[in-house]
Amino acid sequence: MLNLSEIKRSLLVSLWFIFLTFPIMVIRVNPIEKIVEWRWGNMLLVGIGSFVISFIWRYFIRQKELGLKKIEMGEKITPLLKKLAIRESKYVKSLFLTLVIAAVLFPFVFSTYQTTIMTTVLMYVVLGLGLNIVVGLAGLLDLGYVAFYAVGAYSYALLNYHFGLGFWTVLPLGAIMGAFFGILLGFPVLRLRGDYLAIVTLGFGEIIRLVLENWNEFSFGPSGIANIPRPSFPGIQFSLQQATVYQYFLTIGLAVFTIFVVNRLQDSRIGRAWIALREDEIACQAMGVDKVRTKLSAFALGATWAGMVGVMFAAKTTFINPASFTFIESALILSIVVLGGMGSVPGVIIGAFILILLPEYLRAFAEYRMLLFGAILVLMMVFRPQGIISNVRRTYELKGIQK
Amino acid sequence: MLSLSNVETYYGNIQALKGININISAGEIITLIGANGAGKSTTLMSISGIAPPREGKIIFMDREIHNLTPDVIVSLGISQVPEGRHIFPELTVLENLQMGAFLRADNKQTRDDLEYIFELFPILTQRRNQAGGTLSGGEQQMLAISRALMARPKLLLLDEPSLGLAPIVVKQIFEIIRKINTENNTTVFLVEQNANLALRLADRGYVMENGRIVLEDSSENLLSNEEVRKAYLGI
Repeated sequence: MLNLSEIKRSLLVSLWFIFLTFPIMVIRVNPIEKIVEWRWGNMLLVGIGSFVISFIWRYFIRQKELGLKKIEMGEKITPLLKKLAIRESKYVKSLFLTLVIAAVLFPFVFSTYQTTIMTTVLMYVVLGLGLNIVVGLAGLLDLGYVAFYAVGAYSYALLNYHFGLGFWTVLPLGAIMGAFFGILLGFPVLRLRGDYLAIVTLGFGEIIRLVLENWNEFSFGPSGIANIPRPSFPGIQFSLQQATVYQYFLTIGLAVFTIFVVNRLQDSRIGRAWIALREDEIACQAMGVDKVRTKLSAFALGATWAGMVGVMFAAKTTFINPASFTFIESALILSIVVLGGMGSVPGVIIGAFILILLPEYLRAFAEYRMLLFGAILVLMMVFRPQGIISNVRRTYELKGIQK
Repeated sequence: MLSLSNVETYYGNIQALKGININISAGEIITLIGANGAGKSTTLMSISGIAPPREGKIIFMDREIHNLTPDVIVSLGISQVPEGRHIFPELTVLENLQMGAFLRADNKQTRDDLEYIFELFPILTQRRNQAGGTLSGGEQQMLAISRALMARPKLLLLDEPSLGLAPIVVKQIFEIIRKINTENNTTVFLVEQNANLALRLADRGYVMENGRIVLEDSSENLLSNEEVRKAYLGI
């Protein structure tokens, strides 16, 4: 392991870093006393630090390549995560039970603040699963997913403002509005793929945001809409804390419903058509898959969830404005899908937990928070590009032809 | 069974087919030979609706199909094996085959057909749960043909099944094409660059040049035709 060439390479890396960081880490000009400070100590630190990091980095990359070779040679490695992905019932049942108990007890054990964060995480779980239909299953890179989220949120805010419609009426309406806008986006991009599709969807997301920001008569512009009522329950008036807990359980309900539906969709005919369309469009057409309907249904069914979560979001924050629906939001949801593992339901769930909780709990590191967050993302993509849980599809066995 | 009359197909402004006439009767094996870029693949794409013609008529079993979408055409009984195989690389062999039966609802018969396929191509039985992308070229071609057969086509469109395969594998695949034709009475329309092999298999042949049919005759006559021998058989 300690061979000479590795040390030499790490040494080169550290020299390079010393050179790169020299102007900012070593030289400091003090304009008041008109002197130049030379902080040679910093140079040493940078040198040693980058040497060690590069050495460890190279070591792990080597380990990873060895691991790949092992897999190629046919050695079967089944870590716990993979077992989970194959849904071995033994593990899943006990895990599921623990999760249910934890989820139910959570708001009573932890503070309101923690419950609010957990609600946010669950909303992103649903958003991630929705985008997963479009990106993970159908393979259509959508960078404007947040538009549907905005459509849902504004549906609730505006319908409530003008017509006094309640949360429970608007929730399905938000879903329908989301699906409608999904189809609206789907039509012009039917013939596009890959990079071109990504750019058009990005534009679509921005258009929705810009319309909301500038059409004052319709959406009240950047000042947003306030006093959106929280979800109601007939006959009961909630205190703020009770409302938070109630909202938490509603979001859990939506998340469980989403997981159930997405799982069923994945194993259905249309799910198979999405996967096939992702793999090869021409072959798909030759098999008799209706390309137009399959693509539009992916956009529509993906956007439905964003519409519903949008309604929930508006009800949770009681105030919305266009600033909540910027491109960075789309990027975050896409990161959840990619980091978790494209096309994998448990992967997306874990991805949402990591990407939403990490910035929260990294608050202890104050100003280094985002730096650490970025570093973790980079490490993740280098060492596990397929995501935390790669998609292991169910293999079907037909009776009668087994040997 | 299938007739194309004055079919003209364009890619944008480029005219790929300049008025094609082809007639195929039920139970025949017909081949279409020609050089690169003659329009052979486009002819198949026009029939299957993936590149629909701008002018002309395509009639399949007394029905005009040139205005229909690809999925409807497949449901009428025309299956295409696209050039370059186009299998689904990340789906398993079995899932690939199931995709072939995408439009069918008769589960029992689909299962029987699956068994028939596995008898026809025993190698696919072994590879059943392997991802399609991990198969060799010849196996992928067999999978592509099997997948098209899973739709129980009345007419099978084959686009260059010999492409990039070893001669022995090509021979094997051609034998199976003949078997499919005789056993199931499936009509076969075969597009090939390997004119020699294709003409030995087919009943009749069409020769294509620059988007036009220039010659049409029985296979024996084409094989002995002086011009065809010079241009396509290299003799």
